[in-house]
Amino acid sequence: MKFDTVIIGGGLSGLTAGIELARAGRKTAIVSAGQSALHFSSGSMELLGYDAQGAPVEHPLEAVEALPDNHPYKLLGRERMEQLLARVEPLFSATGVKVSGTHERNHWRLTPVGEVKPAWLTIEDYLTLDTPDALPWKHVAVVNIEGFLDFFPRFLARGIERRHTTCHFASVTCDAIRHQRESTTEMRATNIARVVHGESVDQLAAALNAVVPEAEAILMPAVTGFDDFRASRRLRSLVKRPLYFMTTMGTSVPGVRSQIMMQKHFRQLGGAYMLGDTVVKGGYNADGTRLLNVETANFGSDRLEADHFIFAAGSFFSHGLNSTPTGVFEPVLGLDVEAPADRNLWFQKDIFKPQPYMRFGLATDRAMHAKKGGKVIDNIHVVGASLPGADALREGSGAGIALLTALDAADKILNRNINS
Amino acid sequence: MNKLPKHYDVIIIGGGATGAGTARDCALRGLKVLLIERFDFTAGATGRNHGLLHSGARYAVTDPESATECIKENMILRNIARHCVEDTGGLFITLPEDDLAYQKLFIEKCREAGISAEAIDPELARRIEPAVNPELIGAVKVPDGAVDPFRLTTANIIDARRHGADVITYHEVMRFIKSGNRIEGLVMRDVHTGQETEAYGSVVVNAAGIWGHLVAKKAGVDINMFPAKGSLLIFGHRVNNTVINRCRKPANADILVPGDTISLIGTTSDRVSFDEIDNMEVTPEEVDILIREGEKLSPRLATTRILRAYAGVRPLVASDDDPSGRSISRGIVCLDHAKRDGLEGFITITGGKLMTYRLMAEWATDMVCAKLGMDKAKCVTATTPLPGSEKPVEENAPESSHPSRQHIIELPTEQLAAEGRHGTLTEEIRWQNPGDDALVCECEQVSVGEVEFAIDKLNVHNLINLRRRTRLGMGTCQGQLCACRAAGLLDKADHCAERSLSDLCSFVSERWKGMYPVAWGDTVSEIQFTQWIYSGVAGLDEFLRDRDTEHLLH
Repeated sequence: MKFDTVIIGGGLSGLTAGIELARAGRKTAIVSAGQSALHFSSGSMELLGYDAQGAPVEHPLEAVEALPDNHPYKLLGRERMEQLLARVEPLFSATGVKVSGTHERNHWRLTPVGEVKPAWLTIEDYLTLDTPDALPWKHVAVVNIEGFLDFFPRFLARGIERRHTTCHFASVTCDAIRHQRESTTEMRATNIARVVHGESVDQLAAALNAVVPEAEAILMPAVTGFDDFRASRRLRSLVKRPLYFMTTMGTSVPGVRSQIMMQKHFRQLGGAYMLGDTVVKGGYNADGTRLLNVETANFGSDRLEADHFIFAAGSFFSHGLNSTPTGVFEPVLGLDVEAPADRNLWFQKDIFKPQPYMRFGLATDRAMHAKKGGKVIDNIHVVGASLPGADALREGSGAGIALLTALDAADKILNRNINS
Repeated sequence: MNKLPKHYDVIIIGGGATGAGTARDCALRGLKVLLIERFDFTAGATGRNHGLLHSGARYAVTDPESATECIKENMILRNIARHCVEDTGGLFITLPEDDLAYQKLFIEKCREAGISAEAIDPELARRIEPAVNPELIGAVKVPDGAVDPFRLTTANIIDARRHGADVITYHEVMRFIKSGNRIEGLVMRDVHTGQETEAYGSVVVNAAGIWGHLVAKKAGVDINMFPAKGSLLIFGHRVNNTVINRCRKPANADILVPGDTISLIGTTSDRVSFDEIDNMEVTPEEVDILIREGEKLSPRLATTRILRAYAGVRPLVASDDDPSGRSISRGIVCLDHAKRDGLEGFITITGGKLMTYRLMAEWATDMVCAKLGMDKAKCVTATTPLPGSEKPVEENAPESSHPSRQHIIELPTEQLAAEGRHGTLTEEIRWQNPGDDALVCECEQVSVGEVEFAIDKLNVHNLINLRRRTRLGMGTCQGQLCACRAAGLLDKADHCAERSLSDLCSFVSERWKGMYPVAWGDTVSEIQFTQWIYSGVAGLDEFLRDRDTEHLLH
């Protein structure tokens, strides 16, 4: 099979690059094992949330300068970042995912344990705060779904009451969820979202309208709208007070939904999305400077050939990187990595402190092409969490890196004049 | 200063198997009992060993006395603690690099100690245990098994309380109250609040394991103890179904034990200083030894994920006539400090091993009774089943008669899992309300009802207590998503979100402590996920900002 570009990895960065290339008419394939970090999204995306000292950042672009020299944002440069940033919101709009926020100034989200974190873009129906120290109401109702264990009203209330808003508690349910509850394992956010539509939405709306009359707004776990926004939008239109969704623990409804909607969009643009498949090895040219094709688990010897490849397989969590007691390696194409071999240098004993392994990634040149055996392979573009130099968790930069480096890689493949 | 109102016959220090067993034995003999524990039950060596139900074969050649004690206690525990014991059987294998001649001596010594030991053909051994090193040249079958030290200790505590014992956790002994050469009580301190409380009793039993050395010092007596660190690794699934040992003199990493959903390899053995015993860490060198030696027992370990590493401290005691510590006994040491040091009302029970906890308790209780002039009170712990094990073994065995097999088929898995953990106590778990059976921990099938039962009945104050009582968070994912769910349930009982979140941070930290010495492959992927969820999404990193994190591991 012959493609213009084959993308390894179907998370946020792989899908973003895929959509850009397919939209430009290129024959593009995405090979995706299935789950990605997107499935555990908070509902918000971050560009740059914290500086090197761990202090929250108000203006993300202004904090880029202080990042280490090999950071993906430094490789892009501020000017290039600004060009790419202008394309992010339209990209989401085109897929049907409505987000709010601007790269000029971070807003805040309330986490499941009642802390606040800076954010760049947040899904339309999520609660966001303009300032970290206040909510716009005197009384809110935190309403859980009966029997849902991955949402913690009292933990959330900590954060609300510290901001001088009174918190009231209630719980609601509907027939479909009651039925769901008969199984011991079905009360998870995404499973609930699958059954909440039609009549269930009306039942939930009626129940929500009846709770805590003095509450000016209702906050509830994000458990509606599995593959589109219809159920959530209808629920919000039927509920007579402002209703916002809050992050749950475990698999995230907005995360899964975003992935499904981006995937659908990519397919509509003519892209080939090979779900449940994984790349097992690559075929290189004689001197090992170009990747010619990849072999996947499902297609076997019918290799996927392409002019360009995008490596978007993520970090350790997504198996873009792997390790043994004696070193870190890239498991499918044998690409060079940037990580020390000595495992004593990978971790800190305090799990809540920055972990060195978070900065590991594939070795690249400054244009983010992969390397193998020390030689640059200029038709493998490395994007997202596979890039070294960033601690996406500590910096709050995961989504930004994924989106901007993916758009940049697509431009390079399309030979777009990046200064125009 | 608070003062407990009761005057006790006996105050026991230490909530390991020995302390819990002594509390039970004393309570069954009609004494007024108080047990105090510095942290949680099983927090010391009791919860940090192989969980091996020794047949005694391991000691048959080098320590016949221990071997005899082990096989006797082995048979007793199968009877009184059936819900804590699994009859896996054990193999002692000879590899090409070992001397096959040792096997003959081994079998002879086993038989002398009363341990059934039968040489079998290597081919049969491979069939009994497909995970065994196929290169083996000899094998001996012995009645080894697996024992869950957490359940065993909890069952002893439950029975002690049923018979009137008072039990206090998270209290540390600060000093003793003496009158002349007699101990009359002690002052303990709440490790969380710092509040001190006096407790008075006729006899104090020091059952604090390796910490007993420090407790004795506070009483003004010296016991020459040596902390010996033993490290172990937990594998991500049950690699073997039979205990695999090496048929040679006991050495490092030569026992592979299946237990519940996992397998354990251990141990190493190294002297450490008393400064280290509260914070044992497994070194990369120890991990390498355990893997290297473990693969000789079962080559499958090479491709099995390691879940975590942990270490316990054996309380080794030097005999009194040799303070240099060269002649160390691994046997039971029961010291009457009145005879030894002229200090009345104080006993130390130490040495020994998990296998002989009941016998140690019996000796200590005999001595307590003698001091109280109650020589007629007889020990019944060898024949009285522990709570959870009241039904005879046959009634729940899968291969038994038709009706019970039906029972196994009809029960949902979370109830079966609970029954495996709590035996007949499962009857106290609620299943009838909607959501009682909802799973909190999917790896170990722990339900909401079981968590609430543990909170109500099993002295659970935090997530680590809960893990020890129910196995929540002990499975493949090491508490990835269940920890937060359980924190929510604990918070329902406790109503302090700050404390619940701090507890959640402790739990995540404690899981990581065992993971980082073996963090490669899937474990790195797992920990990145944990960080993503707990720091990134939930914001526990923000919760900890500007807080002191030193306390997290207690």
